[in-house]
Amino acid sequence: MSGPDVTRDGVQGARPGRQAPTGAHAGRRRRRRGRGRGEQPMVPDAVFSSYYGKPVLNRPTWKALDIAGYLYLGGLAGASSLLAAGGQFTGRPGLAAPAKLGAAGAISLSLAALVHDLGRPARFLNMLRVFKPTSPMSVGSWLLVGYAPLNLAAAAAEVAGRYRLLGSAATAAAAVLGPAVATYTAVLLSDTAVPSWHEGYRQLPFVFAGSAATAASGLALVAAPAAEAGPARRMGVLGAALELAAFRAMKRHMGLAAEPLEQGGAHRLLRAAEALTAGGAALAVLSGRMRDRRLAVAAGAAWLTGSAALRFGVFHAGVASAEDPKYTVVPQRERLRARGR
Amino acid sequence: MGGDEDRGGLLYGPQPDVAGAAGYPDAPPRMGFFTDTSVCIGCKACEVACKEWNAVPEDGLELTGMSYDNTQGLGADTWRHVAFIEQRKPFGGQEPGVAHDDVDVFAAAARLGTDAGSPGPGSTAPPPGQAPAGAPAGRISPLSPDGRTELRWLMASDVCKHCTHAACLDVCPTGALFRTEFGTVVVQEDVCNGCGYCVPACPYGVIDQREDDGRVWKCTLCYDRLGAGMEPACAKSCPTESIQFGPLEELRERARARVAQLHAAGVPDARLYGESPDDGVGGDGAFFLLLDEPEVYGLPPDPVVTTRDLPDMWRHAALAALSLAALAAGSFVRRPR
Ligand code: SF4
Ligand code: SF4
Repeated sequence: MSGPDVTRDGVQGARPGRQAPTGAHAGRRRRRRGRGRGEQPMVPDAVFSSYYGKPVLNRPTWKALDIAGYLYLGGLAGASSLLAAGGQFTGRPGLAAPAKLGAAGAISLSLAALVHDLGRPARFLNMLRVFKPTSPMSVGSWLLVGYAPLNLAAAAAEVAGRYRLLGSAATAAAAVLGPAVATYTAVLLSDTAVPSWHEGYRQLPFVFAGSAATAASGLALVAAPAAEAGPARRMGVLGAALELAAFRAMKRHMGLAAEPLEQGGAHRLLRAAEALTAGGAALAVLSGRMRDRRLAVAAGAAWLTGSAALRFGVFHAGVASAEDPKYTVVPQRERLRARGR
Repeated sequence: MGGDEDRGGLLYGPQPDVAGAAGYPDAPPRMGFFTDTSVCIGCKACEVACKEWNAVPEDGLELTGMSYDNTQGLGADTWRHVAFIEQRKPFGGQEPGVAHDDVDVFAAAARLGTDAGSPGPGSTAPPPGQAPAGAPAGRISPLSPDGRTELRWLMASDVCKHCTHAACLDVCPTGALFRTEFGTVVVQEDVCNGCGYCVPACPYGVIDQREDDGRVWKCTLCYDRLGAGMEPACAKSCPTESIQFGPLEELRERARARVAQLHAAGVPDARLYGESPDDGVGGDGAFFLLLDEPEVYGLPPDPVVTTRDLPDMWRHAALAALSLAALAAGSFVRRPR
């Protein structure tokens, strides 16, 4: 451990945040900002005390690949169910088939990711011991228990080409639950003390809804014949608009907690997500005009990756906000000050 | 801000009868801790007693180099954590003119033991706690004439707060976390499936996952000992009665008296933390007397239980789900060609 050196000229190389903080009003340190990438600060430097720079919160134990992947696949499945039902009931079997298979595959994978992330995977069924509306994870588990079999049934009927009536019923029912599956995951993140997850709770469901729409549309553009891909194209473009607008609004309303979204790896992922979502929308519109299948596939790929990048970016920003005491202490201090304490 | 209104005390706000609200019709009085950090000597007897009684595994033998605190924080294998803070601030009143900026410590160190005025064999250095006789008090001595030092050490034994509105308990999907008849919050290790949701939900960074075991662990306020009419191991072992255990109402009264006493004795920094039922978590079952701002001890200055906003979150998510459905429906509406 390389600590600060004490020399005749004083302490050299002391790390910010490791100095013993002093007193109520004396010696509040200015903390050096960010990871030193020269990014533009959104708010002025915060001055605050902490316990030797240690985080106030415990770091979320969730693994990025499992949980961010779970959020992504849940969104992909949920919105795919909508496309599946839409395709089925408007006579677009070429759109409905890949959407059904995509929804079934995505929800199975996402369940696997969720179970894999448990400290005791064998105890997954304990999730179904109780139903607790105060626990988004409990609500989500029950939602998936209903939703996943519907998708599997719809996909199975599609592949078998039999039991069409049952398949249609399952497809319709899955489309009713799909939007909830796609948006409840925002509550899952927001219902924590993690500043960059909690503070955006009003807009995050809309961000996730838009992002789910682009992902599902992306899959449909890649897999469905051009003649039937029109609705997917439109849903993706609308979803992209919703996602981009809601994300901007969210950042504006988050105060200091928006900063981790603008820094480091999370920032790179979110910038990529924005570019891919917007670029995908442009390509999709173009593919509609020019009737070019290659453009449609490119648009679909951009949307699929952009949606994934968004979930991973939001996930990592939250973890970063939990690891720095600044994001916990400063807004709470300001709240107290505003209340006159 | 939304959500600041009282929600019947279920998710937020004062809740005088936690055990009753959790379904215990004639519960015993709510029990808790009052940790008076002004008398803590940092001996860590509580950390050791907790580990011994609850068979908590070793949590890493590291030297942090930041202070005498090598435990660092609460976690799955640390249910009591003694924070140690060194500050350039006198404990009581400020003593001007005690700085010794003009002293060359390296030169002084080189003279160690060779000089009658420095510590070592044959020295004439004063015993600790006393200013050297004849020394120009307040010039080179770190001690002021009344024996106070320029530095102060703050020590505080941190623990799970057993919140009135416990986010960890609210978000637990399995029901592993539950409210006991004493109003405390406990994990049932045979139910927890290690989903880890409670970890980021806790506004104090208390509960955590044990890596090899996958489940989460935290202070139980010695539920087993309480059931047998005994006090928790940490309170039992504390030699200075910094950790006091008892019915919460009684502790709150005692704490208010202690703050008044300290203020009268010239310690204006003394304040209570977590004792008010009006705070963001409805008051802590384990609260503290601190000598500086909470964040100095690694505590959040104004924690709010995240589930205060949960009804609002569900509303927004429902609206977003409807928007998504509408967006899809709109995409299938055939445009006139
Ligand atoms: S301090 Fe954290 S772990 Fe303890 S009861 Fe409150 S929320 Fe739960
Ligand atoms: S990790 Fe265990 S105690 Fe924590 S929320 Fe999940 S099931 Fe409940």
